[in-house]
Amino acid sequence: MKAIVTVIGLDRTGIIAEICSLLASHDINILDISQTVMKEFFTMTMLVDTALSPLPFDALSAVLSKKGEEMKLNIRIQREDIFHAMHKI
Amino acid sequence: MLNQSEIIKTIEMIDRQHLDVRTITMGISLRDCAHDDVGRVSQKIYDKITRLAHDLVKVGDTIQSEFGIPIVNKRISVTPIALVAESCDAPDYVPVAKALDRAATECGVNFIGGFSALVHKGFTNGDRKLIASIPQALAETTYVCSSVNVATTKAGINMDAVALMGKIIKETAALTASSGGLGCAKLVVFANAVEDNPFMAGAFHGVGEPESVINVGVSGPGVVYAALQDCKGLPFDDVAETIKKTAFRITRMGQLVAQEASKRLNVPYGVIDLSLAPTPVKGDSVARILEEMGLAVCGTHGTTAALALLNDAVKKGGVMASSHVGGLSGAFIPVSEDEGMIAAVRQGALSLDKLEAMTCVCSVGLDMIAVPGGTSAETISAIIADEAAIGVVNTKTTAVRIIPAVGKTVGDTVEFGGLLGSAPVMPVHEFSSADFIARGGRIPAPMHSLKN
Repeated sequence: MKAIVTVIGLDRTGIIAEICSLLASHDINILDISQTVMKEFFTMTMLVDTALSPLPFDALSAVLSKKGEEMKLNIRIQREDIFHAMHKI
Repeated sequence: MLNQSEIIKTIEMIDRQHLDVRTITMGISLRDCAHDDVGRVSQKIYDKITRLAHDLVKVGDTIQSEFGIPIVNKRISVTPIALVAESCDAPDYVPVAKALDRAATECGVNFIGGFSALVHKGFTNGDRKLIASIPQALAETTYVCSSVNVATTKAGINMDAVALMGKIIKETAALTASSGGLGCAKLVVFANAVEDNPFMAGAFHGVGEPESVINVGVSGPGVVYAALQDCKGLPFDDVAETIKKTAFRITRMGQLVAQEASKRLNVPYGVIDLSLAPTPVKGDSVARILEEMGLAVCGTHGTTAALALLNDAVKKGGVMASSHVGGLSGAFIPVSEDEGMIAAVRQGALSLDKLEAMTCVCSVGLDMIAVPGGTSAETISAIIADEAAIGVVNTKTTAVRIIPAVGKTVGDTVEFGGLLGSAPVMPVHEFSSADFIARGGRIPAPMHSLKN
């Protein structure tokens, strides 16, 4: 399943590294990454493929949100379809 | 890949502007649950609902987790119970209401609608028994919602039913006085009721509907309000265009959720109801959208025009986003459930008469309005008659959900909590309508030519 991971919060060193290794440890393949820093805010969106991950989607979502709490960032995963539905005709 | 700003925009809508799917409602036909014994009717109803809606809540929660969109309510609507229960010879239908309540508890839904009767042209014996059972049924159940259709554009207004519903509302308020008349918050009197409405308290599964169906109600007043922040001082053309675009996005999200729920539950998808349904939370108000258009307080002159624009633009944007639109579709103006409406009433800017005018141009009608406990049954009936006339003449759905607040008067507040919010008690006219209501009979259906 294709999904979008978004990471929003205060910028610091190593955010991408830490999140990418977490995703890799759950066999999630990253297909595309886009990130910017606006003022001090770090914003990253990733297109990922969860097809090979043994974790069900809701467990994955819980793992990422727990990681977000640890890193003091807002991290979430949502199916890609929702964004296509809302923004593309 | 998707544009990053579009992704962030969606997340802002969910996190900061209260975007949600307000309800996934499963409609279930109970036409095959007739039996001459009330115990068997109740058992058949319980069995069928729990069999078909067993996974409704679980599926809703899974979709919420995968899409990251809150799905606030999962609900069930059923065939109007008067049609099903009149096969039995029980003196009242309270046992059937209790069976509905047990089924709702078992399925984990937060409301079940359809303790209803359709009496726009007259009563059957079953209709009379059902209506007489409403006060006790609402007092002795937690999740059951009730509605009665008293008028249609084709049949006119059944004034005997209007007179009766004034008394039933008073009785329901008295029986549920300890909870602020909560029973009345679960009782809607309709004109031109729709068969596929997913929103409570007025949802029921109409006779033209299939065996079971999934209808989804979307919401999003907060998103429309936020979008209008970029339109300050611009002409109405820009306001309408902005609302249309926003409604389109909200509806597309609802459509996706509806299709997914339909697929997973293996139940056909019925309609999306494109309603802007407010909640008592700050930033999720329809009144604040009207104020954003340039009104100092909702209820002042210009409010009806602002609401007409909003209601129309929501429909235009939503219709293109969904393959099937139905239900009530428009803007809701429930007083107790809208933080801005509550504030407007408290400031003295919004009266019952202005609300009645507003119902001419928006979906539904006088909704979640508390009036003094001393208000007579005839006055409540007359309020229903006025609202039904608006619906019948304008070929639209109107409804009255009114709470006579026992022991309270103008200036007091009734607290319901949760989505039902808190209702400031509003004044009604003191002059009597008793002789008008006492006439009974029917107001004939209106002309459909010579329109002026």
